[in-house]
Amino acid sequence: MAQIKLSNLRHSYTPDPKDDADYALKKIDLTWDDGGAYALLGPSGCGKSTLLNIISGLLVPSEGQILFDGKDVTALPPARRNIAQVFQFPVIYDTMSVYDNLAFPLRNRGRDEDLVRKRVTSIAEMLEVSDMLSTRAANLSPDNKQKISMGRGLVREDVNVVMFDEPLTVIDPHLKWKLRSKLKELHLRVKATMIYVTHDQTEALTFADQVVVMQEGEVVQIGSPVDLFERPAHTFVGHFIGSPGMNVLPCDVSDGAAFFAGERIALEGPAGVSGNGSAEIGIRPEFVSVSESGSGLAATVRKVADIGRHKVVEAVAHDRRIHAILEGEAPGAGETVNLQFMQSQTRLYKDGWLVSRPGEAA
Amino acid sequence: MKTQNQRAWLFVTPVLLLVAFNALIPMMTVVNYSVQETFGDNLFFWQGLDWFEQVLRSERFHNALGRQFLFTFLILIIEVPLGVAIALAMPRKGPWVPVCLVTMALPMLIPWNVVGAMWNIFTLPDIGLLGYFLNHTLGLSYDMTQDPIAAWVTIVVMDVWHWTSLVVLLAYAGLVSIPNAYYQAAEIDAASRWAVFRYIQLPKMKTVLTIAILLRFMDSFNIYTEPFVLTGGGPGNSTTLLSIDLVKIALGQFDLGPAAAMSLIYFAITLLASWLFYTLMTMNDNKT
Repeated sequence: MAQIKLSNLRHSYTPDPKDDADYALKKIDLTWDDGGAYALLGPSGCGKSTLLNIISGLLVPSEGQILFDGKDVTALPPARRNIAQVFQFPVIYDTMSVYDNLAFPLRNRGRDEDLVRKRVTSIAEMLEVSDMLSTRAANLSPDNKQKISMGRGLVREDVNVVMFDEPLTVIDPHLKWKLRSKLKELHLRVKATMIYVTHDQTEALTFADQVVVMQEGEVVQIGSPVDLFERPAHTFVGHFIGSPGMNVLPCDVSDGAAFFAGERIALEGPAGVSGNGSAEIGIRPEFVSVSESGSGLAATVRKVADIGRHKVVEAVAHDRRIHAILEGEAPGAGETVNLQFMQSQTRLYKDGWLVSRPGEAA
Repeated sequence: MKTQNQRAWLFVTPVLLLVAFNALIPMMTVVNYSVQETFGDNLFFWQGLDWFEQVLRSERFHNALGRQFLFTFLILIIEVPLGVAIALAMPRKGPWVPVCLVTMALPMLIPWNVVGAMWNIFTLPDIGLLGYFLNHTLGLSYDMTQDPIAAWVTIVVMDVWHWTSLVVLLAYAGLVSIPNAYYQAAEIDAASRWAVFRYIQLPKMKTVLTIAILLRFMDSFNIYTEPFVLTGGGPGNSTTLLSIDLVKIALGQFDLGPAAAMSLIYFAITLLASWLFYTLMTMNDNKT
């Protein structure tokens, strides 16, 4: 168990990188606290698997250091870092029994059979695979195979970190949910640091206490699921998390107030900086309300999707699409409505980054 | 109720005809010969199973069969491990991959009789490159036309040269299909190089190796052209394998009856060995 610190990490797959575009990881400074449940969230190709492989030692970073409890492990191979990793597709040793699969990492490290038996039995129990211990691993179903892969990661008593690289990709939807709660439960029981890589926001938000959002090789925001939802630090986070994502509208800023197509939009508070750069207003669909009369932004409803618990209204104002999530009654398509933004949830972004602060209305 | 429909037979008829003409009918003529005696003029006399009995009791057949098994055993025991070793040593990516693959494939593209002739000239004691080198430069006494041991070494080395590539290519195909995650997981599990081979590479190559061994078994067990061109079965009868002996009986002595019986026994042995091997290899696949 250890605190993991990444310092000034950069990585490029090309031998001699020239500019930022050549780097798969641009510049990462991150600290993972001991025992935390983290998710690493981002679209495909954003560098999350690269980051994971650097932590596990499968890749050596072009620049920077990895510290486990202050000790530099940058040059150590995976076997000596005492980490565990679960891959996207279940990796099992086909010819071995489930028991031997789980015992493999311990036996390779020369642990005695008594300890091996104790650890394997307890892990099998946690994963609910005790009745399969003598089965040949090749004959298991995909979800059980993935459980065994996880078990091999958890069977060692003192791993620094267990990393999961999109482990539920090949699992049937109805089993995904089960395995996900199993993982959460395991985290509480074994108390090891866990890093869960995914591009699926539901998986990230349900598993993790802290979510690290990445985009194009950079960390955009680190925060609890609530932070990410309520105060996205970047419009990318706003887009990526939530369904539908945050509404982002281009605006002009003058005298500390924001104007969308000439209409003044009240912000949560004063904008931090002024000056050049593209400014945008960000508002979650959850905080947009629709009325048929009264004040607000005039818009035309284009379509309404009933997704069960609530309705998603897609309206168009000044050629921009704005989503609103409504409970109960919703207007029909083609109707003209007025949109109101909840002031305390209306944020201002400049060049993509959050600049408004909660406080007195501007 | 299931609808009964016999129309499917119509669609398999072409295949049945094809198989009949290229396998069943020729085979039946062999069966026909094997139970009769003929003195020409299309006159046949019923002989029962006499030819089979004669072949099975003949020392000549036992010796040829023994040599055949020895040959197949030797080339399998050399070609399979060697092929796997070469496949393991080949690069997985980069500019050398096509170079290696083409180099490996080349020997297999050469016709059998050409291979035999090549090796014949190559190993002739006084004028062949290898023969001359061994005898006159290294001072060894090597003459595959006179010495049975030298003849055996030559046909085995020739077959290894000609066919190891088949094992290499099949094993290589098996190896490159292993996802990288397996190696990464093994690295994290602190597996040794041997454990990676034993528990990841070998199991993943099992299917292709089964096919490779089957193909090499059948081909080497039925081999004819190369040793025939290289040694002609000699010196003496020392390299007279089953197929060479069979051709001698059938076309040299024109003993059609015994030759037919021998063909069928030969065929049965090949079939039985292949079936046994395949069954043994796949027996554990569905076990829990």
